[in-house]
Amino acid sequence: MERKIVVPGDVVSDNVKMSGSGTYIRGDEVCASVYGLVNAGVRYVSVIPLSGKYIPQANDRVIGIIIETTHSNWIVDINSPYDGLLHVSQYPRRIELEDMKKYLKVGDCVLVLVKEVDAAMKVELTMRDKELRRLTDGRITTIGPTKMPRVIGRSGSMIRLLKSMIGCGMFVGQNGRVWISGSGNRIDLAIQAIRYIEANAHTPGLTDRVQAFLKAKEKTMQSRMHESRDNEEW
Amino acid sequence: MSEKPEHFIIDGKRLDGRSRDELRPIKIELSPLDRADGSCYLEWGRNKVMAAVYGPRELHPRHRQNMTGAVVQCRYNMASFSVDERIRPGPSRRSVEISKVIRQAFEHVVFTKFFPKTAIDIYIEVLRADAGTRTAGINAASLALADAGIPMRGLVSACAVGKVDGEIVLDLMKEEDNFGEADVPIAMTADNRITLLQMDGRMTTEEFYTALELAKTGCTTVYELQRQALIEKYGDEYRAEGGSDE
Repeated sequence: MERKIVVPGDVVSDNVKMSGSGTYIRGDEVCASVYGLVNAGVRYVSVIPLSGKYIPQANDRVIGIIIETTHSNWIVDINSPYDGLLHVSQYPRRIELEDMKKYLKVGDCVLVLVKEVDAAMKVELTMRDKELRRLTDGRITTIGPTKMPRVIGRSGSMIRLLKSMIGCGMFVGQNGRVWISGSGNRIDLAIQAIRYIEANAHTPGLTDRVQAFLKAKEKTMQSRMHESRDNEEW
Repeated sequence: MSEKPEHFIIDGKRLDGRSRDELRPIKIELSPLDRADGSCYLEWGRNKVMAAVYGPRELHPRHRQNMTGAVVQCRYNMASFSVDERIRPGPSRRSVEISKVIRQAFEHVVFTKFFPKTAIDIYIEVLRADAGTRTAGINAASLALADAGIPMRGLVSACAVGKVDGEIVLDLMKEEDNFGEADVPIAMTADNRITLLQMDGRMTTEEFYTALELAKTGCTTVYELQRQALIEKYGDEYRAEGGSDE
């Protein structure tokens, strides 16, 4: 589906009841507030931004990096203008305050859930939910938070394709960080695929093209393997 | 510096061959800087400016943070080599003033309320100056803000009008600016809401209203170029991509 590109101030609807995210009401018209693609739904018109920062919201799953430990909190970088706070009590098991550093150190990567964001933008994180944990293997790459939905695809079609064709584990955080696990060359390929998605995030029919992209990559990798084997024999 | 010319308008043509209501040629390049959140390089006649936008990002010092919205900060700076006679690097009385008025031109256009406690930083570097750098800077900064994905009421477009040889003309060039009778830089959104208006020199009230109308047409032309640049940024890539797929 081809979507129209709009700039801030462009009129996207003349029905003020349709005003969705990325829009604002001016007089009796709905205007775009961000530079992006129009998403005209039945009940709402929204504009999907082409760039921007991650603004945390409750119930988002994000990938964070510990940047500091305080007396009872870990401060977590969540790829956002606002740092996250992970309280000791939100760690999956009970920890004594003096033992905090044994469990999470500065530089550790964690898969966490945003528990609450208040008006002062204090971001409270938790690890008390299934699948939330410290990430001990694999690699993390970053894609813009506005482009991150394309890595998942409609009802997870893209991420399913990536996992099965590449043969790696993958988790996409709402903050635009992607965690990939598997062997080194599998991760390299996955990162190439993510860079491809990033460059083409604004275009329709991306899943089919990523499939073609991966097939082509696979083919060149195989032929290169044959070549190196031939060279060895020679 | 060049001498004052005897006439600015000869046979209806200005010194560089333009008519009274004609802008100098504008060239726009989006996102030239990889590490800025949004950026724009703009050439306007012989002006060359680079604008970069960072943010919303954490604001330091903490006491300047605003609980109800983002703080817009702006720095306009002229490179020491941007003019004929080398200027002293660093802030000057003039650049501090321009930074302030440019900041104010954007403060009420950006939806700051979505990003409490943060700063949105606009940096404008003038690489080559030839009259009208603040308006060129505003046009570039407006695109850099859009490129950074920052929500705004609309794009801000700016151009100058002035008075030379007793006539109102659009977009002053260097000689007209230096030796003319008045220089009026104006910035506005596409729905003609003025966010910056300064005047240097003298004009009658009637002349001012004529000038304002002329500035509106100038800003509309600039707006169309800005809009086109943003639309083409993704449009062209998409077309190029479709071609290479075959």
